Amino acid sequence: MKRFASLILLLVLFVAGCAPASTPAPEPVTLNVFAAASLTDAFTEIGNNFQTANPNVTVTFNFAGSQALRTQIEEGAPADVFASASGKEMEALVTGSFVAPESSQVFLNNKLVVILPANNPAGIDSIEDLANAGIKIVFAAEEVPVGRYSREALDKMSGMYGSDFKDKVLANVVSNEDNVKQVVAKVQLGEADAGIVYTSDAIAAPELVTIEIPTDINVVAKYPIAPLVESANAELAHAFIAYVLSDEGQAILQK
Amino acid sequence: MLGLFLLPLFAVFVRSINSEFFNYAFSKQALDALKLSLATSTITTVCAILLGTPLAYVLANWKLKYKSWLELLIDLPIVLPPSVAGLALLIAFGRRGLFGSYLNLIGISLPFTTVAVIMAQMFVAAPLYIRSARVGFTGIDKQLEEAANVEGANRWQMFREVMLPLTGKTLLSGAILTWTRALGEFGATILFAGNLEGVTQTMPMAIYLGFERNLGVALALSVMLVIVSVSLLALTRRLEKPDHD
Repeated sequence: MKRFASLILLLVLFVAGCAPASTPAPEPVTLNVFAAASLTDAFTEIGNNFQTANPNVTVTFNFAGSQALRTQIEEGAPADVFASASGKEMEALVTGSFVAPESSQVFLNNKLVVILPANNPAGIDSIEDLANAGIKIVFAAEEVPVGRYSREALDKMSGMYGSDFKDKVLANVVSNEDNVKQVVAKVQLGEADAGIVYTSDAIAAPELVTIEIPTDINVVAKYPIAPLVESANAELAHAFIAYVLSDEGQAILQK
Repeated sequence: MLGLFLLPLFAVFVRSINSEFFNYAFSKQALDALKLSLATSTITTVCAILLGTPLAYVLANWKLKYKSWLELLIDLPIVLPPSVAGLALLIAFGRRGLFGSYLNLIGISLPFTTVAVIMAQMFVAAPLYIRSARVGFTGIDKQLEEAANVEGANRWQMFREVMLPLTGKTLLSGAILTWTRALGEFGATILFAGNLEGVTQTMPMAIYLGFERNLGVALALSVMLVIVSVSLLALTRRLEKPDHD
């Protein structure tokens, strides 16, 4: 114990020695960020940059489907920041007084895109081909924001390709995955012939073939971010959000 | 320690009790998941008995080279994380898998099918039966077998008249263990079989997704699963009690 204490003391002295003499070394803190699975790549980079700028801070991420994160927060999981893939989950937390009203801000617009395995085994060349009988499509479950948006986009597509388009596509769905990264994985492995994910996920998996969805039949997901009322590090949470909204943060998100 | 075991179960029951319980428990999604779970786990158990009994018999009675290694490999899925099992199944039997790509050539694609659910359950649950059966068969007094041999019993008669009566209970409790494990299988299934209502969405899967959509359905399903599991375990315990007659 004594040895441990002296070790800590040494460490503290060392850190203090490194810091400019005028400011005392800040206490190490951990910032818990709950973020939608589709943000995994961008937020990991943002977190690293934020840690570099604030050496006393450790940013811990919990990436999962937004709805799962929402339930975890409602059940008392300690979060400082919540970044959701849909306004719906954020509104629910505002209703439950976990997030202060009007404290959330939209930080990202993410569109949908069709992804195919690199060798495109089902020979899909257009969005219309998604209705071809016998192909295997993987969606995110309807409970997940991207799954809900995918179905909204199908509604719009039905207006363009015929009223039975949505039913035909849904008949091709072989699995409703519980988050967007699982959709990417199943298409990457070639188990599915096609999937619908966010543009950001497609960019993170460059080996996949993508088919753009025209704006008039696409759905734009607006991602809100907010500090949690219960956060023990409110100031830091605000700083993190400010960084996400800053030009630098936005540049990472646009990549 | 007991608190750790009992409080969560207690909480699930308490939280699930509300006026909506029966609506949730008898919703189409819940019933579909229940039906699929019961059907697949039953098929898994039957397959485990049909294929596992001869295997266990051979392991218990024949002198094989590398037998202990074989036994170890068969036991492995019991302790393997289900996510590893799911990934392994996908890499082996997926459309582009090591063996699945050949199946694909003849038009068989396993992932996302009910067969995949059963395969995942077999992989993680059948070893429990094989293990019990092996231990049961090994425990039979060799003199009894010799006596039966002297009496001129053939192999089938020996199995039916000597082995089965002596090991019946062990086999049955092994089968029930396999059944409960198959009923609760989640990790390997979600990776290998995916999630589609009525096709691959078993109860644990519906509970997991319910956690994200509707806690009520998840809780109702959890309660049902706990009740089924408790009943089956209670049955096993009764079987494991020594006879006094």
